[in-house]
Parts: sequence; C-alpha cells; structure tokens
Amino acid sequence: MSELPFEKPINDLRQKIKELKSLSVGKGIDFSEEIARLEERCKQLEDELYNELTAAQKMHLARHHQRPTSLDFIGAIFTDFMELHGDRLFADDLAVVGGLAKLNGLPVTVIGHQRGKDTRDNIARFFGSPHPEGFRKALRLMQQANKFKRPIITFIDTKGAYPGNTAEERGQSEAIARNLREMAGFGVPIVCVVIGEGGSGGALALGVGNRVLMLENAIYSAISPNGAASILWKDASRADQAAEAMKITAKDLLEFGIIEEIIKEPKGGAHRDLERQAEDIKDALVRHLKELLPMSPGQLIEDRYDKFRKVGYFATTADLPDADRGAEREDAEPTAAARERDQETAQLLP
Amino acid sequence: MQIKDLFSKKKYATIPSERPKRDIPEGLMNKCSKCGTIQYSKELEKNLKVCSACGYHYRLNAWERIAMTLDDGRLEEYDAGMESVDPLSFPGYAAKLEAQKKKSGLKDSVVTGEGAIGGFPVVVAVMSFDFFTGSMGSVAGEKITRAIEAAHEKKLPLIIFSTSSGARMQESILSLMQMAKTSAALAKFQGDGGLYISVFTDPTTGGVSASFASLGDYNLAEPGALIGFAGRIVIEQTIRQKLPDNFQTAEFNLQHGQLDKVVPRKDMKATLAKLLDMHCAKEVSFHE
Repeated sequence: MSELPFEKPINDLRQKIKELKSLSVGKGIDFSEEIARLEERCKQLEDELYNELTAAQKMHLARHHQRPTSLDFIGAIFTDFMELHGDRLFADDLAVVGGLAKLNGLPVTVIGHQRGKDTRDNIARFFGSPHPEGFRKALRLMQQANKFKRPIITFIDTKGAYPGNTAEERGQSEAIARNLREMAGFGVPIVCVVIGEGGSGGALALGVGNRVLMLENAIYSAISPNGAASILWKDASRADQAAEAMKITAKDLLEFGIIEEIIKEPKGGAHRDLERQAEDIKDALVRHLKELLPMSPGQLIEDRYDKFRKVGYFATTADLPDADRGAEREDAEPTAAARERDQETAQLLP
Repeated sequence: MQIKDLFSKKKYATIPSERPKRDIPEGLMNKCSKCGTIQYSKELEKNLKVCSACGYHYRLNAWERIAMTLDDGRLEEYDAGMESVDPLSFPGYAAKLEAQKKKSGLKDSVVTGEGAIGGFPVVVAVMSFDFFTGSMGSVAGEKITRAIEAAHEKKLPLIIFSTSSGARMQESILSLMQMAKTSAALAKFQGDGGLYISVFTDPTTGGVSASFASLGDYNLAEPGALIGFAGRIVIEQTIRQKLPDNFQTAEFNLQHGQLDKVVPRKDMKATLAKLLDMHCAKEVSFHE
C-alpha cells in the first residue's frame, strides 16, 4: 500500500517491527517483548490517527489512487453484473459505467462514475469526469430501470463534470440539469453511495436519491477544495485549508441532514480491505432497500422530494433582531414559519 | 555620433493644454464596455441599457429588469425579508454578505413575486448579478423553489431570468443541494402541466446553468449572454487550447441546439407575451 504523508509515523513503526522480526529470526535473539510493545504502540497510534482524521486527510484518502472504484465495488457487492453502454445519442462515455446486476438475488440497475486504474485507463475514462453523454447514458439506464420497476443504485466518485469545449457544445449544463429533474420523478427506490470524491454538479447528477449514504472518508462539496482555494486565496495549493472550511466530510453532511448514513471504512481507508468494505456497503444497501421497496411509486417520489425540499438555512428579517442577523448558527435553523409554510405547500401539492 | 543615434526618437517638450477640461458630472455619460462608444446615460436608459452602436446588452439588476419587463413595472414580491445566514461559519462570509447587501441594495441574489406581462399574470424570479455574482445559496434556492410552488399552486406560468456564477461556495454542499431542490420542484410543476419559460441573461454559468435555468419548456437568452457550465479559463487549461471569442455566448449555444431563441432586449417583453398567449388563448375563433 502506498502511504500518504500523514501516515508516515505508522509506517515507520511498522517498518521497525518488521526489521526487529527479521533480526530475531536471523540472529536468534529474542525481541518478542520489544515487538509486542511496539505493536501495541502501533495500534494505539493508528487508533489516534484514523479516528481523528482531519477533513484534508480524508480528502487525500478519498483521492487515494488505490481507492476502490465503482467497478471494484460492483464486482464485490453484486452478482451477474451485465454492463450496458451508450447514450443512444452520441457516444459511450467510459467515465460512467452502468448496467444490470443482482443484489442478493434482486435485479437492480447500478450506475457509477468510473475513474481509471492507471494512466491509460484514466485517459480513456477522462479521470472519471463525465461528458454530457455520460450523464445521458446514466439517465437512459435510469429510465429503463423506472420502466421495469427496478431499484436504482448509484456510486458517486468524480472530481466533477468534464470541463471541456466539446462538453459545453453538447450541453453539459442541460445534461446535468435534466438528470436532477428526471431523478426527482422516478417511482422506484434510488439509493446513492458517495464512495470517493463527490465533486459538484457532476456528482449530484447521479445523486438525487431517496437515501444518500457516504463512506467514512468520502467527501462531497459544491466546488473542489482546490478550486475554492484558488478563488478565495488565489492559491490552489491551500486546498487543505479550504477543505476544513467547506465542511465536506461525511460527518458534516450527516449533521446537515444531507446524507442518511455513514458507512464505516476499514482502519486506514477503503483500499486496505475491499472485501470488508464491499460487505459493509452491501449490508447498508440491503437495509435501506428493505425500507424503500414496500413504498408505492408516489410515496417514493414524495419521500425523495421531502428529503431535498428541506435542505437549506436562512432567516427572515422579521424573525431576527438586527444585531443577530446572520451571526448565530442557532438562527440558521429553518424557521417555524418556514416549516409551517412547507407543510402548507406540501398539502397543496398532488 | 553613432549610426543608431540617427534612429533614436527626439525628445519633445510637452506644453499643458490650454483648453480647460470640460466638467462632466458623474454618471452623465457612459462608455460601452464592449465597443467604447460614449453615450448619454439617459439615452442608454431609454434604449433599455443596450449600446446603440454595437448592441451590447448591459447587465441589469433585478429591479431594473422587473421595471422593464412587468406591466407597469409592478411586482407583488414574495419572501422579501428572506436573508442568508452563515451555516458553515465560513471564514469571511458574514462580512461579505453585509458588504454585498450594501453594494446592491438587495437582500440576496434573487427577487421573486407575481406580476403580469402583456396582461397575463405570471410568477417571476429575477436574479441579480450585482449581489454576490448572482451565486445561489440556501436563500436563492428556497426563494426559487417557493416561486415554483406558488406558480404550481396558483396555476400560473413561471418565468425565471437567470444570471449567476453558480453555487455559492461559502455554503458549499447546501448550495449544491439547491440545484436538486429547484429541479425537483420543477419536476412536479412541469409534470403537472405547468409552463416554465427560462431566460438566460449575461452571465449564467455553473450550478444555476446546470439546474433550473436549463430546464425551461422554452429556453430564451439575451444576445451576447455568456452561458455555460465550466469557466473558460478552466477549459483552456484542461484542453490546452485557446477558445474562440464567441465560445459559450448565447449565439454559440443557439448554434449548438441549446436554446430556442436569442431575443434582443427590446423584443423580450413582446416575445414573452406572445408565448404566454400561445398557452393561454382559448380556441375561440377556431370553430367559428
């Protein structure tokens, strides 16, 4: 496993333990006490580090080049995966993969952003950043799922939609926008899992689900921390600092009510144990689908609408004394009036 | 004397001009940022803030647009008191919000409400680039969603004039989710037969372009408006090529099939009224 800079103390210690072990074998000296002590220390260090990861450290784990991709998880979670291709309009964008599969025997449609495994693969897949045809392929597969009443499962893992001239010519904005609107209207369960990086509109275009789950070290934001840093401080290298300010971690999003569940990762990140990670994702998917499957198409649409309808913090001048305006987090809760209004409008809608 | 001295430029003394500088009061004249033509501000106003020389459409703030577009310039405003808070405790956000309010006289980047166009009652949402570059945070998302819901509830057509740099970074994920929220509200409204006309104005990019702005039953734009998802600089860095001057303009988008029509400002109101008429006119004369 290649290490990240902040993991160095642990790896140094592991290296030392390894040396001692080989020394004790080679020279026949008994270091077992020393080794046990170091192993204890190593475990302690790991607990300290991985339990208290900063947003920036999580960002680096989420972008780890060995982190499992959508296809890795699809292979480990589902059976009988059959990949389907193309948007029927222009091309087959390899930055998005999708198809049919079985989850514990239940046929589902599964779709995900797909990063490459190596440089050549990454070039073919545009580093997991879709063109409009990628979003339109995803939409086509979702419409198919809706028609045949299959649940939809999506894996989110992209730095964002591809910023290119041809993407603009073919309607990048429209492709994303259409997915947002159409996903809101499907009468089948939709469960989304952010497995790595959830970058902006390109991520959200696969993310309008009844349930949105996140791996422990995954991140999700409106703009990449690098982009934010270059706008804020004209310095993209201050991404770590921006990551802290932007509240991008699974824990933050759970607090904001944007995701329903954090899926634990193996110590040190998902790439340390694909099998176990896949098992935990599968458990979560099955659990959430069991709750959603009994619901009618209308209920599923309402459930999804309510989830996104309530997101946002604002104040109305009348509710706040001038001095406090916008200053306190407490004031940021949706106001009683807003909630009342929400209920009113909800009743009036079909 | 050397040869090269032959070519050196002679130095002349400069004598200050004797003509006194004409005293032009601030704001009397306006210089077009596109072609440089100088014209009287009053003339410019009369021409709906369109340069008479080159046709450049100056950016309008929300209230200027409302005055120009709605019958008698009248709007019954919704949610006039709604303001942004700082849910992420983002560095510098609270102070920036205050500064933007002072600068623009607005409470956030969108004004919503009810009015009429050519006698047809409509719900409108008008964005303003001069508040926080028109960025969409929780407030803009909520106000637009409520406008959509109001149009749905009252069975009125909806018209949104967009201008925005995209999602508001200082509210990060909450801003991003406003894209889903507004689009989901449109799914209900449009799915139930509601009419939505989207008008792109200069500039509309990022999260606004990639949500409600692109979802009109009819997508119109003002001439020359910048419309796109990603920024020009980011794209140039990605593809390592210079992009053509007209890249991401309204005309470029029209050519690539992304718009129904590019409508000059002077024709906007009449065009909207005509579209509204197409949806509201009854089959009176048809059977006669």
